[in-house]
Amino acid sequence: MTRSLESACHPETLRRVAIDPVTRVEGHGKVTLLLDDDNQVHQARLHIVEFRGFEKFIQGRPYWEVPVMVQRLCGICPVSHHLAAAKAMDQVVGAHRLTPAAEKLRRLMHYGQILQSHALHFFHLSSPDLLFGFDSDVARRNIVGVAAAHPEVARQGVLLRKFGQEVIRVTAGKRVHGTSAVPGGVHKNLSLAERDGLLRDVYQMIAWGREAVALVRSLFEQNLPLYEDFGSFAAHGMGLVRADGALDLYHGGLRARHLDGSTLFDHLDTDRYREVIQEEVKSWSYMKFPFFRELGPEGGWYRVGPLARVTQCDSIPTPFAERERRDFLAFEGGAAARSTLGTHWARMIELLHAAEVIKALLQDDDLLSTDLLVQGARQRTGIGIIEAPRGTLIHHYEVNEDDVVEFCNLIVSTTHNNQAMNESIRVVARQHLDGREITEGLLNHIEVAIRAFDPCLSCATHALGRMPLVLELVDGSGGILDTRMTPGS
Amino acid sequence: MNAPARPRVRLATTSLAGCFGCHMSLLDIDERLFALLDRVEFDRTPLTDIKACGPCDIGLVEGGASNAENVEVLREFRRQCRILIALGACAVNGGLPAQRNHLDLEDCLTQVYLTGPGMQNGRIPDDPELPLVLDKVYPLHEIVRVDYFIPGCPPSADAIWAFLTQLLAGQEPVLGHGLIAYD
Ligand code: SF4
Repeated sequence: MTRSLESACHPETLRRVAIDPVTRVEGHGKVTLLLDDDNQVHQARLHIVEFRGFEKFIQGRPYWEVPVMVQRLCGICPVSHHLAAAKAMDQVVGAHRLTPAAEKLRRLMHYGQILQSHALHFFHLSSPDLLFGFDSDVARRNIVGVAAAHPEVARQGVLLRKFGQEVIRVTAGKRVHGTSAVPGGVHKNLSLAERDGLLRDVYQMIAWGREAVALVRSLFEQNLPLYEDFGSFAAHGMGLVRADGALDLYHGGLRARHLDGSTLFDHLDTDRYREVIQEEVKSWSYMKFPFFRELGPEGGWYRVGPLARVTQCDSIPTPFAERERRDFLAFEGGAAARSTLGTHWARMIELLHAAEVIKALLQDDDLLSTDLLVQGARQRTGIGIIEAPRGTLIHHYEVNEDDVVEFCNLIVSTTHNNQAMNESIRVVARQHLDGREITEGLLNHIEVAIRAFDPCLSCATHALGRMPLVLELVDGSGGILDTRMTPGS
Repeated sequence: MNAPARPRVRLATTSLAGCFGCHMSLLDIDERLFALLDRVEFDRTPLTDIKACGPCDIGLVEGGASNAENVEVLREFRRQCRILIALGACAVNGGLPAQRNHLDLEDCLTQVYLTGPGMQNGRIPDDPELPLVLDKVYPLHEIVRVDYFIPGCPPSADAIWAFLTQLLAGQEPVLGHGLIAYD
């Protein structure tokens, strides 16, 4: 393990190299490396440099506003926050079982989200590294370069994302920050025209999903030694599964596995998440570091997201994706399923699965029903857990008698992966940077490892650090007229 | 590929204290992205690996300013971009993140990092690598001069498209009914 690269013994004697900002990811993050005179890396950290304070300012708001507000944490996976909050608020209004139409419309929205986010992540953000090489020309290493060199790949990526966004638009009312999910159900069903429009295109999406899986597979075949080891490490994993152990990204129980694949907990009722997860803070990141309570902070960190989900579920309940899951697990004796870059492969299997689920849902006439809302006995606590594109997302609220939110705790997908991402960049630092002259291309290797996790650093940003506040009085052209510091307490 | 008929316009985009939803809405122009690429070249954006903004014709900024780094990036954009556009509610007036403006920051920190549920050895992050947080979330125009404001959370893809195509055609952009939204 490369744990030692977290903190150098004598940082003051070392040279600092920063990747600031990390690009082709969502949100704000930077990486700092500390190197000695021989270019040996002594410290490597991924810092989350932004704060929101969301958990605090949601307090005092009426509970029904929450599903709409929380989306503004993240514009790439707003539906995940929208639905996790709606699921929590279902409990608050006593809606323990939604109508079939409401549940299916929400599922449709969610799988549309999985499809668009996975497409964006793979095609727009990560594919340039994989298609051109990790240290290829920086001017070309982006979606524009892909559009020029591989126009068909770029076009499919753009249209897959578009389809997912259209699924969201017809179910949520709007592509980004929709409003359909409400405590107890949804506001909007599908019209025949909306359904038929999507059904017409979904077969093409499934075909392109299969091509996308084949593309990642061929990249592995061409670069096996590199891809297998690149930034790879062993980690525990966590994700939701449904009662029969199959993959379910909308609802289920929590499953976690040890490094060796044995079970840590399984089908855990999501209301009990606090019994198994604890969080730690480090001075150098606004993002917390969660770990399994039973194993402690040193050894109890884990991975969530496509790789954990696809390798931990017992099956995927759609035919093409299930076949791909088996091929993925069997590939080179499990080499891809153990590797960090295997996350891209697992992600494309999930994209294919999402397209298949969308097709099946669209064929269900329940989507046209107007029976959309239920209510029951009012309750104080609501906990909603969902598998967002990047992994398990936990929303927990307490709502008082006046319908006002009194408490909020969020553990977002990227936060679960915090230690795993740090681990991965430390492995890459050892594998590729140690002892070499640092170049732009080498630094991009670090970012390639981060991008495998598809971090959403924007929603991983919680609250303020205990640091002095700086107040600046600025004139219209940006000149500073006055600066005041308030001391950190 | 044929050489573009007109010289390309250089476009930079960034997200400060935003959620990337405005960037998503920009990408929601879908296939029109390829038509846009015939006319513009990207400088610093979250889609490229250019880490510092060079001289540009147009800068689109999402999100308000919530920490010192946001202010630096915003000033860099103002210096480098001929036309600076505040894209979306957060850039225009602070948006949802500005809901922290009426809160006591110390409370915020304590609650999230010290007394929050399930915390082990809580502490408040204070490393010099973390940028200083501003007392409030500021809209862009309180820090730099802004040439255009596009409201909406996010502005629709059609609004962004209409705005950019008019600007690229050398017209004064006008967003009429249906393209202006204040959600
Ligand atoms: S205006 Fe809305 S969509 Fe744009 S960054 Fe702010 S919250 Fe996100």
